[in-house]
Amino acid sequence: MQVLFFLLPGFLVLATFLILPMGYSLYISFFDWNIVDPDISKFVGFGNYTEILSDTIFQKAALNTAIYALVTVPGQIALGLALAIALNGALRGKGLYRTLFYLPVVTPWVVVALLFEYIFVGQGGLANYILVDLLRIASEPIRWLADPVLAFVPIHLLGIWKGVGWVGVIALAGLQVIPRDLYESAALDGVSNWQKFRFITLPLFRPTLVFLTVVLSIGAMNAYVSNQLITNGGDPQDQTHFILTYMYEKTFSGLEFGPGAAISYLLAMVVFMVSVVQLRLLRRESALGW
Amino acid sequence: MVTKKNSTIRHFGLLGFAAIMIFPFIFMVSTALKPQAQIFDIPPSLIPSDATFQNFQDLLRIDGFGIYFFNSFFVATITTLGTLAISSSMAYAFARLKFPAKGFLYTLVLAGMMVPPVMLIIPQFLMSKYLGLLNTHLALILVYICMTIPMQTFLLRGFFEDIPRELEEAAVLDGASKVRIFRVVMLPLVKPGLAVVTIFTFLYSWDEFPWANVAVNEESLRTLPIALAFFQSQHLTQWGMVFAGAIFAVVPVVLLFSFFQKYFIAGIASSGLKG
Repeated sequence: MQVLFFLLPGFLVLATFLILPMGYSLYISFFDWNIVDPDISKFVGFGNYTEILSDTIFQKAALNTAIYALVTVPGQIALGLALAIALNGALRGKGLYRTLFYLPVVTPWVVVALLFEYIFVGQGGLANYILVDLLRIASEPIRWLADPVLAFVPIHLLGIWKGVGWVGVIALAGLQVIPRDLYESAALDGVSNWQKFRFITLPLFRPTLVFLTVVLSIGAMNAYVSNQLITNGGDPQDQTHFILTYMYEKTFSGLEFGPGAAISYLLAMVVFMVSVVQLRLLRRESALGW
Repeated sequence: MVTKKNSTIRHFGLLGFAAIMIFPFIFMVSTALKPQAQIFDIPPSLIPSDATFQNFQDLLRIDGFGIYFFNSFFVATITTLGTLAISSSMAYAFARLKFPAKGFLYTLVLAGMMVPPVMLIIPQFLMSKYLGLLNTHLALILVYICMTIPMQTFLLRGFFEDIPRELEEAAVLDGASKVRIFRVVMLPLVKPGLAVVTIFTFLYSWDEFPWANVAVNEESLRTLPIALAFFQSQHLTQWGMVFAGAIFAVVPVVLLFSFFQKYFIAGIASSGLKG
């Protein structure tokens, strides 16, 4: 009986807001859902799913999200790994560096999204000042946020900038697990730094790398706040949506709950598959002794 | 081998890198201190010629940002207390008690870690509507607790399992109940774990935007991130005030992070929590 005291409150909350909702969402996704009077909702089978998959705005949003993941995940990992390597071993001021690099990670998304919007806003923003007046790379100010392609520059930069510190901390923990004597005996054999990185660090670091890839990819697919604030979710002309900004717009502005639920299920399935595939990969590799 | 030359190069690289990472924050503070007339000055000045706290005062007095700060603080604090209580109880039960269907129930909790939060926002909205919770802080608190307990239970379970069983057995011989053992003996022993839970839960609730954006419409109930986003969309060019508001949102985070850095880094590195 005492077990109930420990478990009941938690399971009540989980059942109400997590376990039941998962099933409920699936149910809604098969209906032309009527938010005012759910009882008159019409069953449409896979109608919402086929509608979404052939929706050109959704296709563009899916492409944008995939590109965001392909740019920001390797970007964060490369910079974060470089950071971890620089911080690994004895170094004065390590704690201070770590704090500085970690600051963007803990800062609320809304704050940093507004910050990057301001840097790239209009024609007189800081980014244009640096490119045009300071470095003279561009001949005239660029209207970043009015362009369906260039609007992603601040969004991608923000995604990388905000995540590097987190990757650095995880990567540093991963590096510290690698036995030091491996490097020492390699040094005795006259192995170059690059070879040490290639043949010792990289293989032993692989599990961390897979973990980082999984978590960051899932994070990228769930990206929402930066895009919502910087492009207003889709501006200009619904060209810059992410999957989630489109899901929100459809659901909470368009009140199309059925298609919205279908989008969220499609995304959840992709997220789930990515984690399963990548975790498999990890398991197979550790079986090979990597 | 760490040579002297090597470490100088590392410092150079790290300092340059740090400068890029920190620069946007400096720019933010500088903008918040600028009078509106200087916001779009070319070239943009890093140190405003007549720095003023006018933006901060106006935000508090005219735009009522004090309320939003309080709302965020209230929601984050109650959420953190709730998550601490619930996840530590569940973690203890899964680590130490015997009961039927334990494996299944634990898998259910862990599955919560795999579910993308997005997938839940529509049914959570409908559920809250059905329960009459929309436009209340309770809707935020309950959903935030729900979203944090799977990960935090998992984390604390590890901490409980590391406690030697003998400590508990002595208390059992004294005839103490499980509830009492949990409160008096076990909880004090997992304090570092509780610190990690506190930090992550507070930061998560403080930062959360998508759910707060749909669950609460009433202006006076908005949390800081929502208030900031609304403020910016209504005052498109008043960046000085926007960033004064942003600083209200950043300061508690920086304080919390600086004070608890030790637990923080340990928590991330050992469990892969994403802050």
